[in-house]
Amino acid sequence: MKLQGRKIYQGRAEGEALVTSMGISFFGGVDPETGIVVEKGHQLEGQSISGKILVFPTGKGSTVGSYTLYRLKRNGLAPLAIVNAECETITAVGCIISEIPCVDKIPVEQVKTGAFITIDGESGAVEVFDS
Amino acid sequence: MLHGQHGQATQKAMEILTALGTIYGAERMLPVISVQIAGVSYANLGEAGLEFLAEMADGGGKARVLTTLNPAGMDVENWQALGVSQEFAVNQQRVLNAFARMNVITTCSCTPYLVGNTPHFGEHIAWAESSAVCYANSVLGARTNREGGPSALAAALTGRTPAYGYHLDENRQPTVTVVVEGCPVETNDFGALGKAIGEKLTKEGKKRVPYLTGIEQASLEQLKSFCASIATYGGAALFHMAGITPEASRMIPPDETIVITQADLDVATQAMTDATSDEVDFVSLGCPHLSIKEIARLAELLAGKKVTKEFWITTARPVKQMADMMGYTQIIEASGAKFAADTCCVVAPIQGRFKALATDSAKACYYAYAKNKFKTVIKSFDEVVAEALK
Repeated sequence: MKLQGRKIYQGRAEGEALVTSMGISFFGGVDPETGIVVEKGHQLEGQSISGKILVFPTGKGSTVGSYTLYRLKRNGLAPLAIVNAECETITAVGCIISEIPCVDKIPVEQVKTGAFITIDGESGAVEVFDS
Repeated sequence: MLHGQHGQATQKAMEILTALGTIYGAERMLPVISVQIAGVSYANLGEAGLEFLAEMADGGGKARVLTTLNPAGMDVENWQALGVSQEFAVNQQRVLNAFARMNVITTCSCTPYLVGNTPHFGEHIAWAESSAVCYANSVLGARTNREGGPSALAAALTGRTPAYGYHLDENRQPTVTVVVEGCPVETNDFGALGKAIGEKLTKEGKKRVPYLTGIEQASLEQLKSFCASIATYGGAALFHMAGITPEASRMIPPDETIVITQADLDVATQAMTDATSDEVDFVSLGCPHLSIKEIARLAELLAGKKVTKEFWITTARPVKQMADMMGYTQIIEASGAKFAADTCCVVAPIQGRFKALATDSAKACYYAYAKNKFKTVIKSFDEVVAEALK
């Protein structure tokens, strides 16, 4: 399945999708030392976002969350890429300063966890290969 | 700037602004004349934020326009007396050094408009700090969106911001009229008013711009209290107040109306009061940072008296220096109250140190509860001082 989105930050990546229908707050919601989602009651609570193509509708929470993404990247624990329905400032800025490819305007509900995805941040193209 | 001719840091900054411009549908970049950066306290930034700032400084980033900072996590000179750890102080100083290397003026204050960063009517600026954003847009008539730490820094290093949101005339129009029937008098009343209105601002997922009527007069101190509260409880970046704010006379009050009665103000005050007077072990004034006029009043109230509780007075260092010059500092410190310049109760690492806060600030009540799990009491400025003396 080919999906066409919008460039937020350049770069190519391929890997396994980790999908949630909930918003993500990186500050307070993801542990920058482990890459594990720690927000209570979150669909992804207890799971690691490291090395995944992280697919979620939109970001939320404190603007300091941009720095959490940066910290994850420095620790080698960042997601390979981010795919959003509607990217907002926190995630966009986080991706830019951490150099994580990012595309939005993608119908994220069409992607399932475990699917293999390729993303081209420059053109905004996302391809999903169902396993 | 986008292609790296002006160095790595400027390129990264321009990438941030271009992406934001794309997200928000901006057609062009606007020059800004002033920036206020948030994300200064090491408690909020952490090692990650500090690394990013150091990298931007290493990459040759320099502020191209007047840029000031939000409160830090400590009083830069007097941190030991306020119980801040050596480790935190060292890290906080590293943050400030990174900003200073980028030619950012390191006055750490939420009231930049009181210390020389004072844009005038119609000027485009890029400010973080929600209360100052609201003050600049509404009271000064300058134009800014609610920036985050990195986007404000990006604006500083480029002197640009994408043209969207509150920079554009069409988004500055009021969308709801607020008739104030209640009678706010003191700063805490204006805080209660900000909470009462703020909680009604979002409708069908949209943030409305309020046009207030019924306020006869409002001082700088009352407006700064109101701005902090309506930004905290309603996410407001802009309001108009008939007869008081500069754009109000150009605007037509919308038909859609909210009425705020004295009972609404009382409910808001009650909601910020869950501690009894006996429980109060922490008293604080200066959210937003105190003006010199407020410090003069404080000196008058504390002269020759002794406080019985931990009492912090938060203000900008240049304002404290005026207080030093006038002898107010000496009078206030003789009472046992402590100045905490450069910092505030929202960003200082004080969780677990106190149980219940007395303040005149609605914003301070919100963060005392949400961030530090303190109980709160909101009272007038003079009553808060009386609480500290009791």
